[in-house]
Amino acid sequence: MSTTTTLRRKGSVSRRQARAGIALVSPSVIIVLVLVVLPILWTVMLAFQDVRLIQIRRANLFGNYTLDNFINVLTSEALWSSLGTTLTYSVLGTGGAIVVGLMAALALRNAFRGRTLVRAAMLLPYVSPVVAAAFVWKTMLNPQFGVVNAWGTGALGWDQPVSFLTTRTSEVEILGLTVPVPTALFTVIAFEIWRTFPFVFLFVTARLQAVPKSIEEAARMDGAVPTQMFRHILLPQLLPTIAVLSVLRFIWTFNNFDDVYLLTGGGAGTEVVSVGVFNYLIGRGDIGSASAQALVLAAILTVMVLIYMKFAVKDEEVA
Amino acid sequence: MTVMNETPIRPSTPAARRPRKRQFSRDIAETKLFRVLRWLVIIGLLVVTVFPFYYMITLSVRDIGSLIADPARIWPNLAEISFDAYTSVLASVADGGQGFTGFIITSGLVALGTVALTLLIAIPGAYAVSRLQFFGRRQISALFLAVYLFPSILLAVPLFVFFTKLGLRGAIGVLLVVYVSQTIAVSIFMLRNYFQTIPESLEEAAALDGLGRIGTMLRISLPLAGPAIMSNALFVFMIAWNEFLFALLFLVEDRDKWTVSLGLAQLSGSLEVPTTVLMAGSVILTLPIIILFFGSERLLSEGLTAGSDK
Repeated sequence: MSTTTTLRRKGSVSRRQARAGIALVSPSVIIVLVLVVLPILWTVMLAFQDVRLIQIRRANLFGNYTLDNFINVLTSEALWSSLGTTLTYSVLGTGGAIVVGLMAALALRNAFRGRTLVRAAMLLPYVSPVVAAAFVWKTMLNPQFGVVNAWGTGALGWDQPVSFLTTRTSEVEILGLTVPVPTALFTVIAFEIWRTFPFVFLFVTARLQAVPKSIEEAARMDGAVPTQMFRHILLPQLLPTIAVLSVLRFIWTFNNFDDVYLLTGGGAGTEVVSVGVFNYLIGRGDIGSASAQALVLAAILTVMVLIYMKFAVKDEEVA
Repeated sequence: MTVMNETPIRPSTPAARRPRKRQFSRDIAETKLFRVLRWLVIIGLLVVTVFPFYYMITLSVRDIGSLIADPARIWPNLAEISFDAYTSVLASVADGGQGFTGFIITSGLVALGTVALTLLIAIPGAYAVSRLQFFGRRQISALFLAVYLFPSILLAVPLFVFFTKLGLRGAIGVLLVVYVSQTIAVSIFMLRNYFQTIPESLEEAAALDGLGRIGTMLRISLPLAGPAIMSNALFVFMIAWNEFLFALLFLVEDRDKWTVSLGLAQLSGSLEVPTTVLMAGSVILTLPIIILFFGSERLLSEGLTAGSDK
């Protein structure tokens, strides 16, 4: 057989492969394009129009472009204060989840009887439905018949029950100083940490299993104490994983809607941007402003996704 | 896996050995401290993670009157245990209940439908992305990653508007397709990683034996990827069963179409339904996930580390 025929045959094989590849992947691509990419592009158009939910059936959705929505959204006090709230919520929520997840992974690193069961229990908050979890928390924190307030006023001697989810700030005395504490916001952050630390725990545990024991044994022979071993041996190896997890968790916490909406409905100083988008859309029926606010969120998000992709290239295994 | 540079072991010259003595007591102190701390952390976390679920169960078998009279007691008296809350929450609205049986059927159908459709579409897609050379393959991979990271609240506005305009917003089929679009990216991601671990030589051998591309995929790669597909299916089921935002946006107006999550969220806002009855509803919502999870803990945690929800 001459070289040209081999080449031609190779060419047709790769062409056939390309055709098969496109055929197999196209249903996924079409669904994603139609239901994710196009809607995002459409949001951009909606954000420049004055569209109300009431007249949606009749409205012409391709015309009358205006900047009003952006002027509206960007000059409203609500956006900036809710961006601040969102930032506090995401930073503390992410940080807390990373710290607690890391502690859990380290505590459960060495085997003991029943460890498998304990590990499974750690994942409960993460896999269970958010609606059920939020409802139990709401009931536990209920000022009338919740167990937290019953114990607080009973055993812990609180003066009166605390309505954790409806109090904007409460004065707490620390070392003789009275400090205002954003009660409801801290409560939703605690809920976020509770629900997402298992995610960090899972990934750090997986990474820990790949750390060779021999290095630690060598360090131990050299007289390293536990804190030094963590600082100089474990932490450097975990750092790439922790970095990727931080970005990932930050992105998702930043856009989280369910948790805050279910616990407080965005009240008492917990209105994060995503709940704001929902309120524009459903509460006020103002599609244009909802889209504009969603785009502000999307712009911030895009930056974070790009950062994540930079990390992910370095550390593909976690993605 | 990144291979860490081996730290060279220091020669034990007298100078190097000296700090070891000084550190000896510190070593003992730290080791003891961490032994105690470790158990404190384990017990503390165990209480924090398990207690809400325990509380959920105890409230669901207690009477609302007894709860209000004695909220600090976290165990039910044997005499008061009753399953009335369950019969009440499951009974249809016509029979004076909350109609959760209907919600369970809706949730189950939507979740199973999402799993079936997602797998049907994502398996060939993942196979193509991991195995076949074609134009735009890298771009498509990047697109799926971006979609996977993009949160659902951003899609809420346009999808809500679009389906309202079409007059299709209340259709359960529409919700199902939206769920598929939400889970397909992460599925492709998980499965692609798995397909890449299957040695190509196996497929080449099959090709030499005369199997075509599709035949190779169906007869060789799919059976090998069985466990990965299983854990992906569980993961997708979990996302669809737990989902709240789109169910709220699409189905809220018609109580007959509510999912369990939506039903629980809507009813917990009303003062008419006793908390204990809704706790029974929470148990019903959580139980399928817990059963699946403990029945296949290894599978699901593999699934969770391979991907994650939003």
